[in-house]
This record gives sequence, structure tokens and C-alpha cells, in this order.
Amino acid sequence: MTAISQTSAVAETVDSAKLADRIKDATAAALLTVLLCVPIILLHADADIDGVLHANPRPWAVAIFALLAFFGRLAVSNAGAGVKKEARPESKIAATVRAATAKYLPPIGLVVLFVYPFVLLTLLGSGRSLKWVDSYGIQILIYVMLAWGLNIVVGLAGLLDLGYVAFYAVGAYSYALLATTFGLSFWICLPLAGILAALWGVMLGFPVLRLRGDYLAIVTLAFGEIIRSVLVNWVAFTGGGAGIASIPKITFFNLRFADEPDGFDAFFHLDYSPLHGKMFLYYVILCLALITNLVSMRLRRLPIGRAWEALREDEIACRSLGINTTNTKLTAFALGAFFGGLAGSFFSVRQGFISPESFTFIESATILAIVVLGGMGSQIGVALAAVFLIGGFELLRELDFLRAIMSSGTGVFVICLGVVVFGVIQSRKLAAQVAIVLIAAVFALRSFQLLPDAIFDKFAMPDFDPAQYRGLLFGLAMVVMMVVRPRGFISTRSPSIFLKEKKAVSGSLVKEGHG
Amino acid sequence: MRWDDNPLLVVEHLTMRFGGLVAVNNLTFQVGRGDITALIGPNGAGKTTVFNCVTGFYKPTEGRLALAREGSATPADVEALTLSTNKHATTQTGELFLLERMPGNEIAWRAKVARTFQNIRLFQGMTVLENLMVAHHNTLMLASGFTVLGLFGAPTYRAAESQAVERAQYWLEKIGLTDRADDPAGELPYGAQRRLEIARAMCTDPVMLCLDEPAAGLNPRESMELNALLHSIRDDHKTSILLIEHDMSVVMQISDHIVVLDYGTKIADGTPEEVRNDPKVIAAYLGVADEEELASVEAEIGA
Repeated sequence: MTAISQTSAVAETVDSAKLADRIKDATAAALLTVLLCVPIILLHADADIDGVLHANPRPWAVAIFALLAFFGRLAVSNAGAGVKKEARPESKIAATVRAATAKYLPPIGLVVLFVYPFVLLTLLGSGRSLKWVDSYGIQILIYVMLAWGLNIVVGLAGLLDLGYVAFYAVGAYSYALLATTFGLSFWICLPLAGILAALWGVMLGFPVLRLRGDYLAIVTLAFGEIIRSVLVNWVAFTGGGAGIASIPKITFFNLRFADEPDGFDAFFHLDYSPLHGKMFLYYVILCLALITNLVSMRLRRLPIGRAWEALREDEIACRSLGINTTNTKLTAFALGAFFGGLAGSFFSVRQGFISPESFTFIESATILAIVVLGGMGSQIGVALAAVFLIGGFELLRELDFLRAIMSSGTGVFVICLGVVVFGVIQSRKLAAQVAIVLIAAVFALRSFQLLPDAIFDKFAMPDFDPAQYRGLLFGLAMVVMMVVRPRGFISTRSPSIFLKEKKAVSGSLVKEGHG
Repeated sequence: MRWDDNPLLVVEHLTMRFGGLVAVNNLTFQVGRGDITALIGPNGAGKTTVFNCVTGFYKPTEGRLALAREGSATPADVEALTLSTNKHATTQTGELFLLERMPGNEIAWRAKVARTFQNIRLFQGMTVLENLMVAHHNTLMLASGFTVLGLFGAPTYRAAESQAVERAQYWLEKIGLTDRADDPAGELPYGAQRRLEIARAMCTDPVMLCLDEPAAGLNPRESMELNALLHSIRDDHKTSILLIEHDMSVVMQISDHIVVLDYGTKIADGTPEEVRNDPKVIAAYLGVADEEELASVEAEIGA
């Protein structure tokens, strides 16, 4: 035996030992899935003609999930080993692409955002573009604005705030109450709502000044819940759980967006269309979001912004340099709350009806998820994350082709096989080839009708509704994102000032901000 | 002695208790204007606690810390200020501060006392230049009209900012980091991080610079450079230095005045010669009683 073959033999033994470990690991994952699936999906309650419920066992479903878990785990455990590979230096092309993206994405994005409603109008016509302007355009932009506001607190100042929705609520109720009680116009209420929310931000800021990290997060979480409980219980003031209805709609220089002789459409000799109002709302929220962005970008280059970032990096060093950490934290809270309040006020004028239901913890969590997913402190990353999360969430309502795939047995079967193949490829080359041949064989048999359809029909999920899986799919997407890019879409920090050359700071050096 | 004739900081009866532990016990000493004063002592002697009291990170249990920012304050001025409830007073010669009444950030900004830390505390994710810009926070804050003027790009702010950048460049030149100005501070080698921390403290334009073990972890050449830097800070910038140091070669070479602590009490106070020949220091400082060991210790510290 030569030395070389000895080495390769040793390597093979190590490799197969690793594979055995991974298979053990994957088996454990599959068993765990079975344990979890038994109480959750094994039994399906079906009502018969008399309305009596029967528990129908679905062992097939459990088996599918277990198999998916097995091969998924097999694939991931290998991918995890791959991560430890030495990071290759960025190639020239990749660097050029990145530089070009950084340079051209913001202006191009801006132009796209401004022409978006008109492009839709020409392409889809007034009726069908309504949805795209309203539930995609406006909805996403509200979250972009909220996330940019929270980014000041979490991303820049490093103060983990789990109760941001409280300021959104304060803004929304400020407009709703001021408009319904005193008949004030939206444009007067907008800054008032922002200022009121900022005051609440300062009020929250004072008690939490000494808290850091987890403790700060808990208190801000509690603050969010307090605001919501007050909204629910102070019925005389807020209308309680019933909320506030018939909030005045937005007007364009006192022209209402309504089908009436002195409305916006009649004034400009247009045919009445509900789209015009939505388009105006779209541009309003676009401008509000851009103002938020502009202000935070400018503040980053001012002493206050640098003090926020310094506070995130090291609070004690800040004090030793004469920075008043109290004021610095309070301004971060107040400014973040201010923009939250503006967004809330906009939400209220857009909906025309608000209730405490809209301001639950899940909203705070979503906004925070956008900030974290985007890359804390990065404006463009946060905007992309909002599009991805909110847009994707909305899009899942629409994906009828998913329903088509899942309700046909073959579709589910193909997806399952796909996961199997991926897992196998990740684990071993030879086995992968075998698996691919196997799949090809199954397809051949299927297409020549040599396999009974009953096998495939076992996999069919006729009741599949993608909208119901939104939470699951998004949880999954977040987990994958955090594995692949633990510091978010844009993980580098751009310096606020430079002497010769602006170099991005690697995310691993930047503190994540725990208070 | 200068620390008697023209003291910058007068520490009297400073006591710091943490529960039952007395970290600093009735400590009295003076820091001379334009001196390099070293605070030495064995581990756990309470040196860093004294620093934390002087720079406002701890509120002393007892004692008075009077800092005359300009000129020298008469005992009567200090007495008058102590009896009042004020933190500072304007005397004929300049501003007088009672540091024990002030929070840390005010000590840095008003009384002009800057400090570095034993475990370096740079803003690691910010660039070298940004670190120095943060040190100009209060000046720039005023120039930017508390952000309002700066938000609209007022020329006064832009002028102040370019002035701050110039000062930062001056210090970068001085510590030899001009080429790395745009690199993150966390990527610098250890010695450079130490120098940057000193430069950052100096950018606050202090009258007194407190250095907590500036030579720790430096190689002999870097130590030499540090000595030169500290002398330049004392002579060119008229900034007095108070430092904690374990490296005796550094302490004996650069100090004008040494205060020795042991178990929170002062056991010696004087010029390097006086301290080095003080048998109490030699014995108590290193905790040796044995004649033979004493001789070797003496040889080590060069007595």
C-alpha cells in the first residue's frame, strides 16, 4: 500500500464517520418531527353528514413531514459544515457589482417608487391597479417608514425597543381623536401626532435610562402593552375595543376624494375613480417615508448621530468624552417615536377606522424583524427587508399556482422528492446519482401510467391555502436568512465621515446594540 | 514642589466604600499643574477606584476633589464653594470645580478631565476618524445649534466640523495613524488602539488626562514612543497627566511625582527618587519582608 492510498483511506473513514453522525442527527430530527406531528396533524377532524365529528388518522402526512425533516436536516448539517470554509476574498466582478448597486440602487429605486402608480395605471387600468397601489404600495411604505423610525432607536442608538407599536398607536389615536372631536384637518394633526408620540417616547425613555439589553426590551414590551390596555379599557376616551370609526378621510386642498360635485375628480374634470385617492395617499406616505430617511441619513453625519452610534458601541466611553448619555438616549427615543407617530397618523387617515386590534405586539415584532433582517443601521437594507417581508406576506395571498401544485398529488410528490434529492446531494455524491436515477425512473413510470394514481393521490392536499401558511413560511424564511446572513441583508456599516476613502466597516466589528 | 505650590487637583480625605469593603481610605494627595503624576501600588490597592472617583464614574463616599481649571484657587475659594451647594465657582483666577458633585460627562466637558481605560474602550465598529470626531461631540453640538442648524447644513456647523477634522488629523499625525484614518478602530493592532484612545481623550481638549495603565501590553519600542507622546502632551499641550502604571521603567522615567497606594491608603508621596528609596514602598508595595528578596526587588526597580 502506498502512502497516498493510505491517506485517502483514512480520509474516507473520517468522511463516513461524519456521514454516520449526520444520519444519526437527521434521524433524531425526523423522530422529533414525528413526536411533534402526532398531536398536531395526525388526526384530522371531519364532520360527516349528520355533523358528527370523526377523527381520521393521516399517517401519510406525518410520514411526509418526518421525511422532509430527515433530508432537510441532512442537507443543512452539511451546509453548516461548509460555512466554516475559509471566506474567499471578494472577486473583482462581485466588488464592481456591489459598488454599482450601492451607487445606482437608491436613485433608480426612487424613480421607480415615484412612477410606480402611473405605470400600474397604464398597464393594468384603474380597477386592477387599486390593489397594487393600496395593499402593496401603501402598506409596504408604512412599514418602511416605521422600520426607518425604529432603526434610529435600535440600529443607530442600539436600544432594543419591543414596544414601538405604542408610538404608532399614539399617532393613530391622536389624529383620530383630534379630527373627530375638534374637526382638525389631517395636515394640522400630522405634526401634532408626531409631537405627542415624541412626548410619549421621552416618557418611556426616562424610566428605562438605566436599563440595558434584555431588561430594556422587557420594559419597552410592557410599555407597548400598557398603551394598548389603556386604549381597550378607557372606553369613554378611546371608544374601547370598538375603536373609532368614521375618521375623516384625507383631502387635497380641501377637495375630498369622493364621487360628488365638489370632489377632487369633479374639480379636475376626471372620471371618478377610487384610485385617485389611493394614489394621493401613496404619494403622501412616500414623502413621509423619504423625509424619515433623509432626516436619519443627515443625523448620522451630525454629532447627535455619531453620539447615538458611539452609545451603541460603548456607553462608558461616551460618558468619558463628555457626552450626556441621558439626553442622547432620550433624543433617540423621541425621534424614533416621532416618526412612528407620523406613520400612525397616516395609518388612521388611510383606514378611516382604528381599534386597539391594530396595535398588538405582533406589529412591534414585525417592525423589529424588518430592522433586523435589513441589517441594523442600514437604510437601504431596511427598505428591502420591508418589501420582502410585507410584500411577500401579501403576495402569499395571491399565489394560486401554489394551491394548484399542492392540491395535485404529483406536485407535493415532486416537492418532497426535491427535498430528498437536495439532502442526498449535500450528503454524498454517489447516493445523489442513485437518487436522481430513482426520481427519473419514478417520473418515467408516472408518465407512462405504469404506477397507479392512488400512490400520488395520497400526497394531495386539496385544502391547501397558501395564505394560511404565511406565518410558517415567513418563520422559515427568517430562519434561513439568519443562518445565511446573520447580520441582515446589508451587514456592513458605512462610515459617517472619511478622510481619503470611504471603506465599509465589517458587520462583525459593529455592536448589535443591547442597550 | 509644584504639586504643593500650584496644584491642579486637590484630593482630600477621599474614601470609597463598597458595602463593607473600603477600597480607598482617607486618601489625600495633589496633582501639580503641568506634572506627570503616577499613581502606583500593588493589584487591588484602589488605584482604578481613585480614577473612577476623579472622573465621575463613582460618587465617593467621603472626601473632596477640588479642581482649579485655570490658575490656582485659594483655600478660601475652595471652602466657600464647599459650603455652597454649587458644583463650580468662578474665582479670580478661573473656574473651580468640585468633582465629587458632578456626573462623569460634566467632568469631561466642563472640568476638562479626560481619561482612558484599562481595557481599551474604543468605538470598535466606527472608523479611527469617527472615534476622534465623537470626542468633539459637545463643541460640534453647540456649533450645530443642537442639531437644528446642522440639519439644514448651516455654514457655522460646516466650519466647526472641518476644524474638528483638522484637529483629528493633527492627532492622527501625532500618533502615526493618518494612513489608517478610514479603517475601523477594532481592526487596529493593540498598540495603535492604545495610542488612539489617548488621542481621542486629547481631542476633548483636557487640562488633565487620566491614563489607566497606558503601557500595559506594549513592547519596549512602543513604550518608548508612549513616553515621548506623554512628554509632548505635557509640554506642548500644557495638559497635566495622572497615570496608573505597573511598568516601573515607564513610571520612573516619565513621572514628576509619584503617589503610592496600598490597601487603599497612601504609603508614600514624592519625586521618583524619594519614592524609589522609600523602604516602606519597597517592602509594602511588593509585599516582601525578607532581606534577600528585598535586595533583588531593589535591583529590579533600580534603587
